[in-house]
Amino acid sequence: MMRGYFWIIVITLLIAATPLLTSSNTFFNFTVVVLIIALAAQGWNLLGGIGGQTSFGHAMFFGIGAYTASMLQTHLGVNAWIALIAAIAAGSLAGLIVGFLSFRAGLRGSYFALVTLAFAELLRVLANASEWTGGASGLLLKLEPSLANMQFSSRPTFMLLALAFVFISLVITQHIVNSRFGAHLVAVRENEDAAKALGVDVLTVKLKAISLSGAMTAAAGVLYVQYFLYIDAAIAFGIWISIEALLAPMVGGRGRVLGPLIGAFTLHGLGEITKSFAGRVPGIDLMVFAVVLIIVIAFASAGILGLLKKLSDRFAAKGGA
Amino acid sequence: MLQVKNVTMRFGGLLAISDASLDVRQGSITGLIGPNGAGKTTLFAVIAGFLRPTQGQIALFDKDITGEEPHRRAASGIARTFQIVQPFAGLNVQENITVGAYLRHTKPADAVEKAREVARQVGLEKDLDKSASSLTVAGRKRLELARALATEPKILLLDEVLAGLNPSEIRDIIPVIRSIRDSGVTILMIEHVMQAVMNLCEHVYVLAQGKMIAEGTPAAVCNDQAVIEAYLGKGSAERLARQSQGENHA
Repeated sequence: MMRGYFWIIVITLLIAATPLLTSSNTFFNFTVVVLIIALAAQGWNLLGGIGGQTSFGHAMFFGIGAYTASMLQTHLGVNAWIALIAAIAAGSLAGLIVGFLSFRAGLRGSYFALVTLAFAELLRVLANASEWTGGASGLLLKLEPSLANMQFSSRPTFMLLALAFVFISLVITQHIVNSRFGAHLVAVRENEDAAKALGVDVLTVKLKAISLSGAMTAAAGVLYVQYFLYIDAAIAFGIWISIEALLAPMVGGRGRVLGPLIGAFTLHGLGEITKSFAGRVPGIDLMVFAVVLIIVIAFASAGILGLLKKLSDRFAAKGGA
Repeated sequence: MLQVKNVTMRFGGLLAISDASLDVRQGSITGLIGPNGAGKTTLFAVIAGFLRPTQGQIALFDKDITGEEPHRRAASGIARTFQIVQPFAGLNVQENITVGAYLRHTKPADAVEKAREVARQVGLEKDLDKSASSLTVAGRKRLELARALATEPKILLLDEVLAGLNPSEIRDIIPVIRSIRDSGVTILMIEHVMQAVMNLCEHVYVLAQGKMIAEGTPAAVCNDQAVIEAYLGKGSAERLARQSQGENHA
């Protein structure tokens, strides 16, 4: 069963080899951020891309992950790795709760998107007000680089850690795509009634998907806080990460395993390049995002990977003729 | 094996099915006919679990399944096709059928194997890699059939699988339906194409305005006064009888 795993391994090895070629901290900073976003976006992709349940509030899982990890460490002195596991569990549980409430009520499409947005906003307001979450001033993790604290003074090391997370998420997603659960998930995306008639338990399939999705995006939140050592409500539950999480798969290829990673690299790569040309124009990278999104929607609705597949099919058809 | 007992389905003030009963014998091909709007598809939806009846019961092998969800019924052996075909449009033919096959096969390789086998059975083996949305009407009907068959049902509910097909396509698919029955699957079919009903069904039920007005062999049902009136209007049975009498005299 090599189906799909080949490219995952190749791309992971390519990124893992970059510390041999460069020692630029700017590059590692950039790559860490992209990998964190790719991980959050992979969570979105599982539910929204493969399962067709478009979420507009994945910030809730990102924030739950980030806050769970930092609160456990700062308030209770829990080990960072154990906090990571707790955060992933919390993200998964949050997914189950939100999924149960909205899917059992039969919410789909834009209604589901709005409910997820509402949950994220609700949590943002709560995190901003609660003492536990440090209120508006946020939470600071103590700087103590060590493996036990999941903090590394060397940026390439942290990049490799983030890459390991992304690699695991890619393998999990590929495994799902090849499996019965993946087929059921796609069936639910394509046509719920037909899926039901074929014996697919639609509610259970959606709940499984959103809980896995929440877990992945929560892990991204943990990585974020372990890297920047700071979190506040606007970062953790802000709309920016909800948008990043859905933009990357859209650009890279919605529902495709490598879509989020390719999309995140493309978007942020273009953003950085423009920034280096345009210098100090604020928000220029966001304008690039907008342009890329418009181009993708207008000319390549299946994303970059979809476009590549179409071109390769056309090429193969010509070669065969 | 399948019994519908006194089912009534009411949508607000609209009485779609009123006190309808039917009984499908194991190993048979049973027909369900009736004018447009009679409630045939609604009855199918009730049998497959997509609608909960206002009153009455559905029993499969003498077990009451009225409260079961559609996916549970599929697992107990009821498969349905949709009158308006519902392909997974973004998937290819093989992937479409495989979703059905996953009901009884957990391993991907087994499910794909089953899907290919079913595709051969219904004559889709050449189209396995085609996108479902690129199929012709006849192809999509076959795909509906294949997907339902892939769940390895005990009873197959066919909702107008022949509608929209041309005469030669109908000729092609009739033996397929018969071979499905011969492989041990009981069939209950809604059909308007009388040629097919006469050809295939052993027993026919007639639903008109939500009521079961007749049942019997296809030939008997076609000569039933109530049935003729349901299709052609009040008094038409008498008129037809008079006409044919006139012809006999001439």
